[in-house]
Amino acid sequence: MRWENDPILTVEHLRMRFGGLVAVNDLSFKVGRRDVTALIGPNGAGKTTVFNCITGFYKPNEGMLTLRQTDGDAHLLERLPGHRIAQDARVARTFQNIRLFSGMTVLENLLVAQHNTLMQASGFTLAGLFGLPGFRNAEKAAVEKARHWLEKINLIDRADDPAGDLPYGDQRRLEIARAMCTDPVLLCLDEPAAGLNPRESQELNTLLLSVRNDHDTAVLLIEHDMSVVMQISDHVIVLDYGTKIADGTPEEIRNDPRVIAAYLGVDDEEVEQIEAEVGA
Amino acid sequence: MTAYHNAVSPTAAARPSALVQALREGAVAALVMLGLSFPILLFRTDQGPSLQLVLTPRVGLVATLCALAFAARVLVHLNAVRRERAAAARAANARTVAKGAEAAPGAVARIMGTIGVPLFLGMAITFPLLASLAAGSLNGARYWIDLGILILTYVMLGWGLNIVVGLAGLLDLGYVAFYAVGAYTYALLSTTFGLSFWICLPVAGVLAAFWGIILGFPVLRLRGDYLAIVTLAFGEIIRLVLINWVELTNGGAGISSIPRATFFGIPFERGEGGFAATFGLPFNAMHRIVFLYYLILVLALVTNAVTMRLRRLPIGRAWEALREDEIACRSLGINTRNTKLTAFSIGAGFGGFAGAFFAVRQGFVSPESFNFLESAIILSVVVLGGMGSQFGVAIAAVVMVGGPELLRHLTFTKAIFGADFDPNDYRLLIFGLAMVVMMVWRPRGLIAHRDPSIVLKERKAISGSLVKEGNG
Repeated sequence: MRWENDPILTVEHLRMRFGGLVAVNDLSFKVGRRDVTALIGPNGAGKTTVFNCITGFYKPNEGMLTLRQTDGDAHLLERLPGHRIAQDARVARTFQNIRLFSGMTVLENLLVAQHNTLMQASGFTLAGLFGLPGFRNAEKAAVEKARHWLEKINLIDRADDPAGDLPYGDQRRLEIARAMCTDPVLLCLDEPAAGLNPRESQELNTLLLSVRNDHDTAVLLIEHDMSVVMQISDHVIVLDYGTKIADGTPEEIRNDPRVIAAYLGVDDEEVEQIEAEVGA
Repeated sequence: MTAYHNAVSPTAAARPSALVQALREGAVAALVMLGLSFPILLFRTDQGPSLQLVLTPRVGLVATLCALAFAARVLVHLNAVRRERAAAARAANARTVAKGAEAAPGAVARIMGTIGVPLFLGMAITFPLLASLAAGSLNGARYWIDLGILILTYVMLGWGLNIVVGLAGLLDLGYVAFYAVGAYTYALLSTTFGLSFWICLPVAGVLAAFWGIILGFPVLRLRGDYLAIVTLAFGEIIRLVLINWVELTNGGAGISSIPRATFFGIPFERGEGGFAATFGLPFNAMHRIVFLYYLILVLALVTNAVTMRLRRLPIGRAWEALREDEIACRSLGINTRNTKLTAFSIGAGFGGFAGAFFAVRQGFVSPESFNFLESAIILSVVVLGGMGSQFGVAIAAVVMVGGPELLRHLTFTKAIFGADFDPNDYRLLIFGLAMVVMMVWRPRGLIAHRDPSIVLKERKAISGSLVKEGNG
C-alpha cells in the first residue's frame, strides 16, 4: 500500500477531549503522498475534529502528527502554532462553511493566500513602500499564479468581482484555489462537495485529480457524497464515535460489514445473536 | 400602509395622486404637531412682578414647528414613493440592464474620483487664500484658518484610526491615548531638553507606535467588545497617569509655554532673524498660523499617502483579510498577531504625529484635552465617513468638526426662537440626532463601497454590504 510505504502525514494515537466528551480516541492512520485520501463517517464521528487537530485549530490532548516533506524534513504539527502549519509545514485547508474574504475581490483573495511570499518580497513592507522592482516582480508573479488558478477553475472573467457575489459552487472552487495558492504539500478539504449539484461535483472531481497529479499535492478530504469519495479516492478511512473502524481502498470499504453497520445499522437478528453471545 | 400601496402602484396615473397623498399625509402630520404643541409650547409661563402668571403667546414657534413637520412628512413620503418606483423600474429592467445596474456604484466612485477628490484637495490647498479673500484680509481670516487647522487635525486622526478600525477591523476606543503620548512627548522633550519640533515630531510618532505595541501585545488576543473595553481602559489609564504623575507632567495644570514651531529653524517673530525679516515680508502674526495650516495639511496628506500605499501592499491586504475572516487568515499562514500589531502601531504612530502637532499649535497641553469624548469623536468620524474610505473620513471630519462651528453662525434661529436662543447649546443633541439619521440612512457610512486594492481587468467598486466590519 502506497500510504504505508511513503506517508506524507502520519497520525499516531490522536486523542482529543472536550470536557467529558472524547471526540477522537486513539486514532492512528497514514495519508499517502500523491494520494487522495477520504475521511468518512456518520455525523458526529469526529472527522472535523481530526481536521482541526491537523491544521492547528485544536491542540490535541495526546498523540503525534508527523508531516514529512519530499526532501525528508519532518514537522510535528501538534507543536506548531496555527499559522506556522500553513507557512512551514505547508498544509492548507478549506472549511465546511465557506470562509472566503467576501468583501475582497476574487483576485485579492488569491493574493492574500500568497501573503508570506509577497511579504518577504516586499522586504516586510519597507521595500514595497518605495515600490522597489524586486517587489513589483514578485507581485506580478503572484498575479500570474492567481491567473493560472482562475483559469483552471473557470473564474477568470470574474477576477475583479467581490468573492461574496459568486454563486455557491464557484465559492467552493475559489476556496480550493485559494488554498492551493499557498503551495501546499497537503490539502485538507472539509466537505468540498456539500451543496453542489451533480455537474458541479463532477467538475470538482476533475479539479481534485488535477491537484493531485499536476501539483504533486496530497489531498485529504472529508466527504459525505459517496460519488465523490468512491470515484476519486485512493484510500478511505472510516471513523465512528471517534475511532477508526475501517481503512483501505474504496473497494474494500464498500464491502466492509462494519462500515455498512455504522452507516445503515444492523439487522435485528444480528443484535439478538450478539446479545445471546454476551448473555444479556 | 394602504395609503402607501395606493400611491406606489406603478401606473402613469399614479404620479399626481402620489403628490396629493403626500400633501394629505403632511397635513395630518402638521395637525398632530399642532395638537401636541398647543398645550405644551403655545404659551410660555412666567412669573410677573407681583407673582401673577404671565402668559406669552409663541404663535410663531408653533407655526414653524408645524411647517417643519409638514415639510418633513411630505419629503419622507415622496422619497418613499420615488424609491418604490425606482425599485419597480429596476425589477422591470432587471434582465436588459443587469450589467449597467451592477456598474452603477463604480460610476459613482469614478465621478467622485475625477471631480470630488481633486476639488477637495484644491479647496484644502487654497483654503488660507480663499478665507483671507472672503474675509478681506489675512488677519480677518484667522478664525477660519484656525477652524481649518482643527478640521485637518481630525482628518489626520481619522485617517490614522482608519488603519486600525477601518482596515484591520479592530475596534479601538482609546485612540486618544496615542494622541496624548505624542503631545506630551513633544511638550516634555522641548521644555526639558530644548529639542526642536522637527526632531521631536518623528520621536513622538515612534514613541506612540511603541506604546501601540506595548498595549497591543497583551490585548490583541481579545476580540470584539472585549478589545473595545480594554482599549477604552487604556485611554483612561494614560489620562489618569498624566493627571497624577505630577513630577513629570505637572498634573492637571498641564505643561505651558511649549516652544512654537519654526520655519525649519527660522522662528516666526518680529525683528532680525525672524521669518518675516528673512523673506523680506512685513511682520504678521498670521504667518505662523498659515504655516501651521500647511504643516497639518502635509502631515495629513502623508498619512493618507502612506495608508493608500500600504493598502496595496501585502500587509494592507492582510489587514483587510483579517477584518473579513481571521480564521481563514490563520489557515493561509498569516501571523494574525503580528499583523494586528502592525496595524495597531502604525495607526498609533500617526496619532502620535498629530499629538505633537497639537502640542506645538496650542503651546499648552493638559490631560483635559485627551478625554474619552475625543476618542469618541475620532471614532465617529471614521464610522460616519465609511470604514476604510479615506475620502469619506475627510468629509466626515469636515461635517463633524465644522458642523458644530456652523451652529455659532445660525443667527436666523434667534428670529424664530427668541433672542436668547443659542443653537450652540443644542450641539450634542443635534450630533446625536445626526448620528441616528446617518445610521438609519447610511448604516455603512457616507462612502460605503470598497475600492479593490489590485485589479486584473476592470476596476469595480465593491458594495459595502459585502464588506465586513471585523470583530477583532
